[in-house]
Amino acid sequence: MVIEHKWKKWVYFIIPMAGFIIFTLFPFYWMAVTSFRPDGELYRSWRAANATPFWTLSPTTEHFRDLLTNTAFLQWLMNTMFVALVATAISLVCGLFAGYALSRLKFRGSEFLGTAIFITYLVPQTLLFIPLADIIRNMQIGNTPWALILTYPTFLIPFCTWLLMGYFKTIPKELEECARIDGATRFGAMVRIVFPIAIPGILSAGIFAFTLSWNEFIYALVFLSSVEEKTVPVGVVSELIRGDIFFWGQLMAGALLGSVPMAIVYSFFVEYYVAGLTGSVKG
Amino acid sequence: MAEVVLKSVNKMYGNVQAVKDVDLHVRDKEFMVFVGPSGCGKTTTLRMIAGLEEITSGDIYIGERLVNELPPMDRDIAMVFQNYALYPHKSVYDNMAFGLRMRKFPKPEIEKRVKDAADILDIEMLLHRKPRQLSGGQRQRVALGRAIVRHPQLFLFDEPLSNLDAKLRVQMRVELKRLHERLETTAVYVTHDQVEAMTLGDRVVVMKDGLVQQVGEPLELYNQPKNKFVAGFIGSPAMNFVEISIAAESGGLWANNAAFQIKVPPAKLEALRPKVGKQVTLGIRPEALQIANGSTPVESSFQASVEVIEPLGSEILLNVRCGTNDMVARVDPSIRVKLHENIRLALDPARLQFFDSDCELAL
Ligand SMILES: Nc1ncnc2c1ncn2[C@@H]1O[C@H](COP(=O)(O)OP(=O)(O)OP(=O)(O)O)[C@@H](O)[C@H]1O
Ligand SMILES: [Mg+2]
Repeated sequence: MVIEHKWKKWVYFIIPMAGFIIFTLFPFYWMAVTSFRPDGELYRSWRAANATPFWTLSPTTEHFRDLLTNTAFLQWLMNTMFVALVATAISLVCGLFAGYALSRLKFRGSEFLGTAIFITYLVPQTLLFIPLADIIRNMQIGNTPWALILTYPTFLIPFCTWLLMGYFKTIPKELEECARIDGATRFGAMVRIVFPIAIPGILSAGIFAFTLSWNEFIYALVFLSSVEEKTVPVGVVSELIRGDIFFWGQLMAGALLGSVPMAIVYSFFVEYYVAGLTGSVKG
Repeated sequence: MAEVVLKSVNKMYGNVQAVKDVDLHVRDKEFMVFVGPSGCGKTTTLRMIAGLEEITSGDIYIGERLVNELPPMDRDIAMVFQNYALYPHKSVYDNMAFGLRMRKFPKPEIEKRVKDAADILDIEMLLHRKPRQLSGGQRQRVALGRAIVRHPQLFLFDEPLSNLDAKLRVQMRVELKRLHERLETTAVYVTHDQVEAMTLGDRVVVMKDGLVQQVGEPLELYNQPKNKFVAGFIGSPAMNFVEISIAAESGGLWANNAAFQIKVPPAKLEALRPKVGKQVTLGIRPEALQIANGSTPVESSFQASVEVIEPLGSEILLNVRCGTNDMVARVDPSIRVKLHENIRLALDPARLQFFDSDCELAL
């Protein structure tokens, strides 16, 4: 791209971009500032003479200390991590094989099956949790992490299957055929050639699945009741909002700490993740 | 070392018959080329030999062994694909070693074979690169290398040169031929380029609409095509076809149409006698047409006007019009003609070919 006039670059690129970045990042900034703000400032009117709504003059870590000592936040964090990791792993494995089969194997009804899987993804969770609650109760796994580990795949598997199916379709089938001539079985060609090439797709499916499980709210709210079994989103909201009292400092501290693992995951895999969404493979 | 035999092989895709009753015998060490227009079933036939496509009916043997039910890995073949199909996540070395590793060759043997193949193909300095860091021609070589390290019984090629530019294609063609002479492995090669077919093939199979039209050595196809399709497909520029009627006059046979009258050469008399009074198609190779001189008999020449002149350096192509027929003549580059000039063209009577106008078979 050649830009001849400086002002054009400002008008068409820098200013809109800056606006967009501010728009996107402001909530995170607000969350961070709030979590470090002492209670005195938090509940002061905006119209007060010494109000500093966009920054704080006396940052404090008291909300973090409160959160970690007076609530089961660390336990929630562990629960969320466990549920998200296991649910993601299950969904990825199922999605890998299902996506491969739907993209490569021609069997009667394969098209229909693909569409059917997609439709299950469209069923809203707010509807699905009612029958699922019944199943959970019958299996007597209510109020355990397994209630979530087994229900999250209901939306994660269709999601992973579709994302991976699309990715597998971009991999030329000659690669596998060549591997089969070279001495691999169909399964061997899939594991040794297709899966390694699909790593960007697999990673982005994994990251997405992990994010969805990490942030999931409804199932976690409905299927878990005791405080120490809760996940971060539900725990923070149910324990730090008492009636109409909002413990804003701790809420925001919880939200901030809760997003740290996600930020780490994303920053690690961002390249793969972009490649998985946009890229295809060139032989 | 193996021969390949196809016995009435058919392939149906739903209701589409892609390959019809193909019978073929590829001899040991032979370089057999399949050629034909797009969609004629060349690739399908090759893939059936490879075991990548199921056979609807018929039998395929590779070196005495019936392979109908054998998976590709057990057929002891190697295939080079049009898009090369290099494994993008593996280095050139690992690409070439993959087949040997899958077959559990000892490490020193793998190393030796890869080095040897790299040496033959002149790609030693690329062994550590990834496929995406290679040019088209280099990828092509790696794909070849991956095939030859295996020392298979049979090589299969599906248009391996069609993604290369014209110059590189000619160069790789020569190299492929040299490679085949050196390795002496039976090869089946698919192309839609008839020049490639003629230069590479020990024998050539011409296909159309899933049917084998003719199998033969390149010059046999050129000089004795079995039907009008083969005659028109092989050779560039293509053979000229003129609709004529056969008449018996003054002791001989004559090929007539509105614009010319030519005496049928003695060798064809027998075949054409039953066609007296009927339409047939006359086929004339461009090089069988020359500018007439004083000694040319009238009975083998005709008048035509020059429409387009293509001077190619080593020869000149004259697009001429004779009555309603357009023809191409390939003449000596020293000849001077002008556009729209009326010239007299002489036919080489020994090189005329006649085809039945209905069934298109050679007469
Ligand atoms: N998977 C398929 N499903 C249905 N029809 C197919 C399939 N593969 C090939 N065909 C049909 O079979 C016929 C032969 O195809 P094939 O690929 O063998 O042609 P080809 O001779 O290799 O042509 P090209 O020179 O274009 O590669 C074509 O009419 C094609 O449409
Ligand atoms: Mg083809």
